[in-house]
Amino acid sequence: MIYQGKEKIWSDYQKEIPDDHWFYARSCIRQNFFPASEKYFLTICRDLLGKDICDNEHHTTCGGISYHSDTIPQATAMAIVARQFSLMTEAGYKNLVVSCITSFGNYTEILETWREFPEVEARVREDLWKACRREFEKPEYVAHASDLMYHFRDEIAARAKYKLVNRQTGEPLKVVEHIGCHYAKMFPHKGVGGAEYPCVLSGMVDSWGGKVIDYPERRHCCGFGFRQYLVKANRGYSIANTYKKFESMAPYHPDMIITNCPGCPYFLDRWQYVIAEMEGKTYGENGFGIPALTYEEMAGLVLGYDPWDLGLQLHQVAIEPLLDKMGVPYDPSKKYLGLNEKDLMKPELPKNLRCF
Amino acid sequence: MDFGFGIAPSSSINLDKVDLSLYRKVKEVEPDIERCMACGSCSATCPAAKFSGMSVRKVILGLQRGQQKEVRKMLSNCMLCGKCNMVCPRGINTRHLILSVCRYFDMKEEQK
Repeated sequence: MIYQGKEKIWSDYQKEIPDDHWFYARSCIRQNFFPASEKYFLTICRDLLGKDICDNEHHTTCGGISYHSDTIPQATAMAIVARQFSLMTEAGYKNLVVSCITSFGNYTEILETWREFPEVEARVREDLWKACRREFEKPEYVAHASDLMYHFRDEIAARAKYKLVNRQTGEPLKVVEHIGCHYAKMFPHKGVGGAEYPCVLSGMVDSWGGKVIDYPERRHCCGFGFRQYLVKANRGYSIANTYKKFESMAPYHPDMIITNCPGCPYFLDRWQYVIAEMEGKTYGENGFGIPALTYEEMAGLVLGYDPWDLGLQLHQVAIEPLLDKMGVPYDPSKKYLGLNEKDLMKPELPKNLRCF
Repeated sequence: MDFGFGIAPSSSINLDKVDLSLYRKVKEVEPDIERCMACGSCSATCPAAKFSGMSVRKVILGLQRGQQKEVRKMLSNCMLCGKCNMVCPRGINTRHLILSVCRYFDMKEEQK
């Protein structure tokens, strides 16, 4: 693409991200998949960078997962979202930071719907009042948690203990960045860099010393696709998408994958095991897979947190080759010890995908 | 291990890898093929389309994608009525084009 054209697109898709005072909306599924990610988002933002982030125990799912799985109508999702906004209003916050990409897409879609059709918003306000006597103000800013991490990337880089650099060769690690579909594909102007050139993850990778890989299927879906996976008869399509992505990125020999969606790291991680069982193919070096991390996990590694505290043992793909490359110390004997050294038990190892 | 599902076959076409020899040969004798803008007027007027899936637009697209098997199957439904010829806004002699493609398939058959 012509450089000036790219610059123009880039300037059209800049996003204002306030520095402080956020109401945090957690994801309903991330804590089951990669439980430490949200904890370390709060640890990094609150404890390390000293930001004010409200984590409210009363909020629920945003309804996005059901809405995108065609099990609830948008009206139901709107009522749930209205309640979340009322919690934010009661807590005295005006900026909403969302952990999940689908939630981010859901909040954005609903706010855009209300902007287009004020009568729908009026009806939702009425429904919420009738149902639970609550009122709400719409957020002034809605950001995804990765937007915030992108916003603070240089502050994190300044505190970094490890870089995304291969310690042995001195070369930057080759990183595949995968953006969740609901981040900017629905509303390009709501994402940093738009839908075609989102910079939210690549900006972090660049700041922390890595090198982003550009490969043909870079913007392709991870394969989750909600009903593509949730309905068993469709799962062949789900894994076919993941397979297509891995086949496309394999010639570039990536060292790691970084994602900003709850489903993407899960499917890019777990499907590697399934592809290895079905096709006998693995995509990492020496029979290992390619570690697929969340951006909080990557930030945690860069900042020097213990890999097992970051929950990296809960990934299907072995993380150790990446830790060795980055020079991050770890104790293999503590891999399957949980909180207060509780034994999590070692899982059965797969046949074709090499793991520890 | 049986997961109860498999990897669905890909429908993607890699234009660097497919065999485009037939398209090149047809283009030599029917240079008008490049004037097609895929408007679909030919398919809309085709009396066989509704019953057999015949579509000159899809035939041209198939040739450009190297899908010879699909093209051959589709052409077997053509009755050579020439209606597509009459409606083409780019003036492509589609009937003649179909005959030329069929001729190549026949030649291929004879070579076997």
